Parts: sequence; C-alpha cells; structure tokens
Amino acid sequence: MMTEIEHELRRSASRSDALPDLAESASAAGLLDVAFATLDSPLGTLLLASTPRGLVRLAYVDHEDADSVLEQLAAKLSPRILAAPRRLDEPRRELDQYFAGARRRFEFPLDWRLTRGFTRRVLQATAQVPYGATASYKQVAAQAGSPLASRAAGNALGSNPIPIVVPCHRILHSGGGLGGYTGGLERKRRLLAVESGQPQLTEP
Amino acid sequence: MPRRRVPSLVRLPPFQTLLDAHGADVHRFLVATVGRLDADDCYQETWLAALRAYPRLHDASNLKSWIFTVAHRKAIDHVRSRRRAPVAVGAELPEPAAPAATPPGGAGETDDDLWARVRELPPKQRTAVALRYVADAAYDEISAVMGTSEQAARRNVHEALKRLRTEYRR
Repeated sequence: MMTEIEHELRRSASRSDALPDLAESASAAGLLDVAFATLDSPLGTLLLASTPRGLVRLAYVDHEDADSVLEQLAAKLSPRILAAPRRLDEPRRELDQYFAGARRRFEFPLDWRLTRGFTRRVLQATAQVPYGATASYKQVAAQAGSPLASRAAGNALGSNPIPIVVPCHRILHSGGGLGGYTGGLERKRRLLAVESGQPQLTEP
Repeated sequence: MPRRRVPSLVRLPPFQTLLDAHGADVHRFLVATVGRLDADDCYQETWLAALRAYPRLHDASNLKSWIFTVAHRKAIDHVRSRRRAPVAVGAELPEPAAPAATPPGGAGETDDDLWARVRELPPKQRTAVALRYVADAAYDEISAVMGTSEQAARRNVHEALKRLRTEYRR
C-alpha cells in the first residue's frame, strides 16, 4: 500500500520543467552524427536528416513511417541521432522557397553515403537534370555508364534517399509515361506541375 | 577472402528515442539529487556522456537503468567536485547566504519542503528515493543503478521514508 508520504513524493515529482537543449551542445561536441527535423510542405510532412557532411535523407512521412526511417538511419549510419531543427534550417528554408516557386536549385550540400555503385551514379546523373526539364530512364542509365540498364536505373531511382532534392521526379519513360515515384505518382505529377510553371502548389 | 562486416548484435534505437522516454525523468532526478541550480549542467553532462558511449553499448536491454546510472555518476562527480572546490578566503566578498532549500519543482511550497528534506537525506537514501519516486524505478533497477543489492535498495528507500515521515510535517 502506498503511504501518504510516498504519494506526496510521486505527486510532487511529476511536475515537468523546460529541459535544456541537448542538440546544440551535442553538435558542438562533435557527438551529433545525424540531426533530423520535420517540415510541413504542400506534399505533406517531410522528414529531413543530415550528417555533418550534408543532407542525407528526405522522407515523406505519410508514405514512410518516421520512426522506421530513423531506425534505418540508426542501423546504417549511427545511432547518435537527435532532433535538431536548427541543424536543418538551411535545407528547410530552401525547400520552402522551392515549394513557393521561388527557388530552382538547392545550394546546401548532400551526403551521398546511403547510396553506392550504380545507384549512386544514376542518382548523381539525375541531380544534373535541371529544373523544369526531364530525362528518360535510358538517358540516366547511359549517364551512369550502362545504357542498357534502364530498368535497373528505375530501381535505383526508386531507392532515392533524398527525393525532391535529387530530382528523381524529373525522370520519365522514353514514351512520355510517368514511370514510378517514391512518394506516389500524384506527388510526381505535382512536382512536375510546379516546375513547369503551373499554379503554385497548394496544400493537398 | 575479404572480411565481411559483422552486423552488430545490438540494435540500438535512435538516441532521440531515449531522450524522449527519459529526458524529463533524468532532469527531475538531478533536481532531486543535486538541486535545481546545478541540475541543468548535470543534465547536459549526463546526456553528452551517454551520447559519447552510446554506439559502443553492448546491451540495449535496459536503457533506462543505463541512463540513470550515468546520471547517478554525474550527480556524484558533481557533489565531489563541489566539495573540492577551493573556498576563497578573504579574496572576494562572500555571497549572501543562499536559502537553505532550493525548490525542486517551482511553485507549491509544501512539495518543495518535502524535496528539500529529501536532499538532506544521506546520499544513498536520497538517490534511492529519487530513483523510486521520480524515475518510477523498480528495486532491481535501483540496485542496478546504484551498484548495490536489491535488499540494500529496499532498505535505503525504507529508511528514507521513515526519516521523512518523522521530519516532514505539513
């Protein structure tokens, strides 16, 4: 049975304080391997993660569960992961501008560590396709050194860890078909629409 | 033959998960053990030390005990370093005497009185009470954190309650 004093101890201990911010001191101490933050966008909530090298991951959280994205990052990169919105100020600002139609290219650095081999080459070729333009799967496969591997290029694009920023939405079938998209075809359509100068994105 | 990377046996959750689950309790534990004034510093030291050691952790089965063990050590270090801190004699004007009890929880004087009493308990009793009633720790967790037997953990809590009951009057 809980005595009166135990009850008092529990009750009075349950008040919460404003907690000191750990993310910035961890970052200053070089102990923050992966910083993450979310961003509300016209395409839904985005999860952004960066390493000291640059943006390493972007996910549509209504498409991929945020917790599982973070768990994957813990397993693949480092479990030293903290919510650190200020570490992502620059990508968030540029993405806001992009969605508002006020930015055509991103300036912040990328960390390609989650990709390798052919996939990385395909994605890096994709990163060269300018705003408002499109390319075919075959073209990026050729750029990546394997002109016949357009199907493999499709798979590579499907595993793009940094959609929107690495613009896999700009890659279409040679015949003009949309192909696939990590965040669902509707998002691909809307991204292409905003880049072709059509009315700005509004909330879904 | 090229050596394959051996996958880690322990699957460590993102550190933020730990902070979300125990951050507030660790802070309250430190307020109860080192006082409000120093709790923020100890909190930072605790979590930074934990973050530093985290990737090398071999056992992720009781992260709560682990983080409170770190916090407990930081609290001890803190009390020791304070004791060692040189006292300036005549060099500076002495600070006005601080109030005896620093409130652990802000408002509500009776609660503060109670936790001020807790801070006057012998260190082991104080820590055991804080773990029990702030962190809601089971006795086996208290014994794991404090490196004592479970029996000693029970005794520390029991003695503390006995003392508080006689000293604490509302």
